[in-house]
Amino acid sequence: MKATIYVTLKQGVLDPQGEAVKNSLHVLGYQEVNEVRVGKYVEIWLEGKNRAEAQKELEEMSDKLLANPVIEDFRVEITEG
Amino acid sequence: MKFGVVVFPGSNCDADCYHVIKDVLEQPVDYIWHREKEIKGYDALILPGGFSYGDYLRTGAIARFSPVMPAVMEFADQGGLIIGICNGFQILLEAGLLPGAMLRNRSLTFICKPVWLKVQNEATPFTNQLQKGEVLQIPIAHGEGNYFCDPSTLQSLKDNNQILFTYCGPNGEEDDIHNPNGSMANIAGIRNCKGNVLGMMPHPERCSEEVLGGTDGFKIFASMLKWCQEVRL
Repeated sequence: MKATIYVTLKQGVLDPQGEAVKNSLHVLGYQEVNEVRVGKYVEIWLEGKNRAEAQKELEEMSDKLLANPVIEDFRVEITEG
Repeated sequence: MKFGVVVFPGSNCDADCYHVIKDVLEQPVDYIWHREKEIKGYDALILPGGFSYGDYLRTGAIARFSPVMPAVMEFADQGGLIIGICNGFQILLEAGLLPGAMLRNRSLTFICKPVWLKVQNEATPFTNQLQKGEVLQIPIAHGEGNYFCDPSTLQSLKDNNQILFTYCGPNGEEDDIHNPNGSMANIAGIRNCKGNVLGMMPHPERCSEEVLGGTDGFKIFASMLKWCQEVRL
C-alpha cells in the first residue's frame, strides 16, 4: 500500500520561502501569480494493514512527526492498495 | 552544581558549552549521549546548538524522539533546569516543553552575527544576574529562528512573563529593524510556565570569555549557578 502525505503551512502562518518563490516568478515575468505556499510531499509504503487502519495510523504519524501541528496542516491520501 | 550537555548526532556547540561550564564557570559537567535512557545526578541540562539529524524534516523534529528525550522530559517535570540554545531551543519546541514553533528566517538566509537582546524578566533561574531592561550582546547563528505562535499563546507568554529576551537595538530599541529573523514580538528567548526550562536562539556560550569579545553570555550560566546555590539548595 502506498500513501502520500501533503504537509502545508497553516493559513495565517507566513511562508518566507513561498514569498521568495513568488518574487522570483514575478521576475521571470509571471505577474499573474498572487500567492505561493511551499509545502512538503511525503511518500510512504507500508504493508499489513487494511485501508482504514492504515489511514488512522498515517494520520497519527503525521500528527506526531511528519507535521508540526503548531504551524502545519496535513492531508493523507492512500493511492494504491 | 552538576551540568549535563546532551549530545545529539549533529550537535556542534556541545564542546563550547562543556568548555564554558568546566573552565569558565568551573563546575562539573558531563556529556550525555542521546542514546542514554537515564539522567541522574544533574542539576541542569544544556541542549546545545547544531544541526541534530541534519535538520531533516524540521529542525529538532527527529531529535525530539531520541532515546534520551523521555528522561529529559522527566527531568523538566521534576523541576530540573534546562537551557536549550539554538537547535536546543528548536528541540524543546518540537518536544512541547516550550510553546510555539520556528519558521525559516524571513530573509531566507542563515544569519550569523552578534545581536542585541533586552532582558525582559530578571527574576528567573536564568537571568538573576541581569537587570530588567539591560541590553546584552550575544551572537546568533541560525536559518530557522523566526519564532511563531498563535495569538492566544503569545498573550499567555506575555501574561506569565515567559518572554525573557527580545531582539533590540544597541540602546534597547525593540523595533522591526533590529529583529534579525522576523520573530513574533521580537522574541529571542522564552521560558516555560513553571520557569525551569529556557529556550533561546542566541548563543551565550560563544560570548562567555573576554578573549571571545564579550562576556554577556556568561551572566546566564552564572545566574543558573547562583539560583542553584542559593534558591534551590
